[in-house]
Amino acid sequence: MAHGPAKGIRRWLYTTNHKDIGSLYLWFSFAMFILGGAFAMIIRAELFQPGMQLVDPEFFNQMTTMHGLVMVFGAIMPAFVGLANWMIPMMIGAPDMALPRMNNLSFWLLPPAFLMLAATLFTEGGAPQAGWTFYAPLSTTYANPLTATIFIFAVHTMGASSIMGSINIIATILNMRAPGMSYMKMPLFVWTWLITAFLLVAVMPVLAGAVTMMLMDIHGGTSFFDAAGGGDPVLFQHVFWFFGHPEVYIIILPAFGVISQIIPTFSRKPLFGYSSMVYATASIALLSFIVWAHHMFTVGMPLAGELFFMYATMLIAVPTGVKVFNWIATMFKGSISFETPMLFSLAFLVLFTIGGFTGVMLSIAPADFQYHDSYFVVAHFHYVMVAGAVFSMSAAVYYWLPKWTGRMYSEPLAQVHFWTSFVGFNLTFFPQHFVGLAGMPRRYSDYALQFADYNMVSSCGAFLYGVSQILFLVIVILTVKGGKKTTKEKTWEGAEGLEWTVPSPAPYHTFSTPPTVK
Amino acid sequence: MSSEIVQENNQANSEHETYYVPDSSRLPILTAIGLGVTLFGASHWLVGSSVWGFTGPQIFLAGCLFFAAVLASWWNTVIKENMAGLPSDQLKRSYVWGMGWFIFSEVMFFFIFFFVLAYVRIYSLDWLAEDPLWEGFSAEWPLMQTPDQAVNGDGAKFKGPDAIIDPWHLPLLNTILLLASSFTVHIAHNAIKAGKRGLFNAWLGATIVLGIAFLFFQVEEYIEAYQDLGLTLESGIYGTTFFMLTGFHGAHVTMGTIMLLIQLLRSVFGNHFKKDDHFGFEAASWYWHFVDVVWVCLFIFVYIL
Repeated sequence: MAHGPAKGIRRWLYTTNHKDIGSLYLWFSFAMFILGGAFAMIIRAELFQPGMQLVDPEFFNQMTTMHGLVMVFGAIMPAFVGLANWMIPMMIGAPDMALPRMNNLSFWLLPPAFLMLAATLFTEGGAPQAGWTFYAPLSTTYANPLTATIFIFAVHTMGASSIMGSINIIATILNMRAPGMSYMKMPLFVWTWLITAFLLVAVMPVLAGAVTMMLMDIHGGTSFFDAAGGGDPVLFQHVFWFFGHPEVYIIILPAFGVISQIIPTFSRKPLFGYSSMVYATASIALLSFIVWAHHMFTVGMPLAGELFFMYATMLIAVPTGVKVFNWIATMFKGSISFETPMLFSLAFLVLFTIGGFTGVMLSIAPADFQYHDSYFVVAHFHYVMVAGAVFSMSAAVYYWLPKWTGRMYSEPLAQVHFWTSFVGFNLTFFPQHFVGLAGMPRRYSDYALQFADYNMVSSCGAFLYGVSQILFLVIVILTVKGGKKTTKEKTWEGAEGLEWTVPSPAPYHTFSTPPTVK
Repeated sequence: MSSEIVQENNQANSEHETYYVPDSSRLPILTAIGLGVTLFGASHWLVGSSVWGFTGPQIFLAGCLFFAAVLASWWNTVIKENMAGLPSDQLKRSYVWGMGWFIFSEVMFFFIFFFVLAYVRIYSLDWLAEDPLWEGFSAEWPLMQTPDQAVNGDGAKFKGPDAIIDPWHLPLLNTILLLASSFTVHIAHNAIKAGKRGLFNAWLGATIVLGIAFLFFQVEEYIEAYQDLGLTLESGIYGTTFFMLTGFHGAHVTMGTIMLLIQLLRSVFGNHFKKDDHFGFEAASWYWHFVDVVWVCLFIFVYIL
C-alpha cells in the first residue's frame, strides 16, 4: 500500500482513498450546487415581476425541472455521500471504506450522468420540462423522445452510483468498526448514514424501475402509464413517490446526523437521549415506506386511502419531535458558544422545525386540497431541503474543515456567510407561504398582480442567498490556500469522537491499525 | 458514549490483521466511461439519431465491448488478489455483505414491477371500467380487450392478445427445470465444502445445462406468444406486465448462467476454489437461488392467477 497520495491528476482519477473520494464528492456537489443555483436565479429573475420578462415558458419549465433534479441528485445527495466518505471510516476507526475501488466507481459514474443530463439543454427539444417529479404522461407522451431517453439513462447511472455507494457504506459500518465500537457507541452521524444507506438500497431500484417503465412506454409500445392500453398515469405517481418519499428522508437523515454531532460539541455536553435518537431515526425510515400517497391527495384516491396516508404521515411528527426535543435538551444548561457551525445548526433547528410544522399542515388531507401545488408547498420543502439539508452541509463543512485541511477558516467571514444565508433564505421562502396560501400556483412563469410584492421580496432574497454561496466558495478556497494553520487534534474543545484523536490535517491513511474503543 | 472512547497506541492491536486497501486503480473510471458511452449510444440508437457520423448502434456496441473488457479485467484482478492471499477474512466479509445487499436491491427492482401488476389488477382496471371515457370497457384479467379497443374497435393502437400462455405446459416445465437447478447448485455447494472438486464440477455443470434449457424454453414461449397468440409487448397492460416481468427475469437468468459458467471455468481450468474459500461461487449461487424465487412468484402471479 502506497503511503502518500500519487502526484498530479492521476491521484484524483484513480484514487481508492476514502478522503480523496470524499473530496471529489464534495467538490462535485458544490459545482452542481452552483449550477442548480444558477437555474434558480433564472427562475427568480423571471418571477421578479409579473408578466413575461426574460425567458419563454418552455425554458422556464426546463429551469424548474433542472433546478430540482440537479439540486436533489447532484448537489445534496453527493454532498452527504462525500461527508460519509470522509467521516465514517475516521469515526468508526476503519482504515478506509470496505470496497475502495467500487467507492471510486460510485463517484465517477456521477460526471457522465450529469454531463448527459446537462447536455439535454443543448438538444433541439431542450432539457426535460416535466418537473423534477417527471409525471407521466408529461414525461412520456408529451416529452421530446431524445431528451426523455437521455434523461432516463442519466437517472439509471445516478441510481447505480447511489446503490453502489450505499452498499459500500453499509458494508463499512457493519464490518469495519474498530474493536469495541459496538452499534450503540457509534456516533449518530454513522447511525443516520447506516439507515440512509438502507433506504437508498431499498428505493433507488424502484426509481430505476420507474424510469425503465417510462423508457418502455416511449420506445417499446408498452402501456404502463397509458389508460388506452389498460395502464394508469396515476400509477406513475404511486411508483415515483414510493421512491420519492423515502428519498426526502435520504436527504434529511444525514443532516440530522450532522446536527447531532455539532450541537453537543458547542454545548459542551453529550447528546441528550442518544438511544432514543437512534430509534427515532429508524422509525422515521420505516414510516417513510407507508406514507407516499400524501403527495397525491388531490389525484383521486378512495377515502380509505386518503385517511390511511394522512394518519400515517402525521405519525412521522412523533419521532421527528423526539429529535428536536433531544437537540434542545442537549443545549439545556450547556455552556454554549456560537461559532459558525453552531450558528448554522441553530438555524437548522428553528427553520427545519418550521418546515416540519408546515409538513404537518400539508399532511391534513382536506386542508391539502387547498395547499396542493401552490407556493405553500414550495416554501415547505425549501425549509426542509435548504434550511435543513443545505444549512447542515454548511455547518458540517465549517465543523470539519480544520480536520480536513489543518487550517482554520476565517470566523468573521464565515459569520457574514451565515447571516447573509439566513436572511436571504428567509426573505426568499417565508413570503412564499403567504402567496401560496393566497392561491399562487407553483411552476408557472407568470402570476396574478396581487402576488407581485411578495415575489419581488422573494427574488431579492434569492439573489442575496445566491451571492452568499459565492462567499462560501471564497471562504473555503481562502482556508485551503492560506488559512491559519491549526495542528491541534481537537479543533473544538467540546468535540468528542475518534476523528478528533488523529492529527490535523488528517493523515492520508488513518487507523491502518484499528484503535480500541472502551 | 463518546467520552469513553480511548485510542491506544498502535502496538496494542498488532495481532489484528491488516485490511487490504488496494492501490489506486484505473479500473473504476474506465468502467464509468464504458457505461457512459454505452448509454449515450443506446439513447441515440433508440431515437435513431447519430453523432459526428457515428450511428447509435455503433456507439452502443463500442461502449459495450469496452465496458465488458474493463469489467473482465476488474474481476480478473480481484481473482488474482484472492489467489495471492491479499484479502483478510474481514475483506471477505465485506464481499459477503456487498453481494447480500446487491441482491436486496434486485429484490426491490422486481418488487416494483409486481407492485404495478397488483395495482393494475386490484384497482385501476376497475376504475377504468367505471370511467365514462371508456364506454363499453369491462375489467377482466387476463385483459383480452383494452379500453382503447372497447372504444375504437379495430382502429385501436393497443389491442389485447388473442390468447395467453397456458401455465401448465412450457411454464410448468420451466418451473421444474429451475427448481431442479436450485437443488443441483446446492448439491454442488455441498460438494465443494466437502472438497470434492469432480463432483462439484459435475453438479455445477448440470445447473448450467438446466439454466440454458430454461432460457431455451423461455424463448420458445415468446415465439409462440408472438406468432400464434398475438401476445406481444404492445398488447395492452397484460402484454406489458407479462413481458416486462418475465423478460427482466429472463435477463437475470442469463446473467446468473454466465456467472455460474465463469465459476465452472474457474474450477475446471484454474482450480480456484478451496473447501473453505469459494465465495465467487457462493455469490453466484445466491444469485441463482434469488432468480429461482423470483420465478416461483412469476409462475404464481403472472402465469397461474
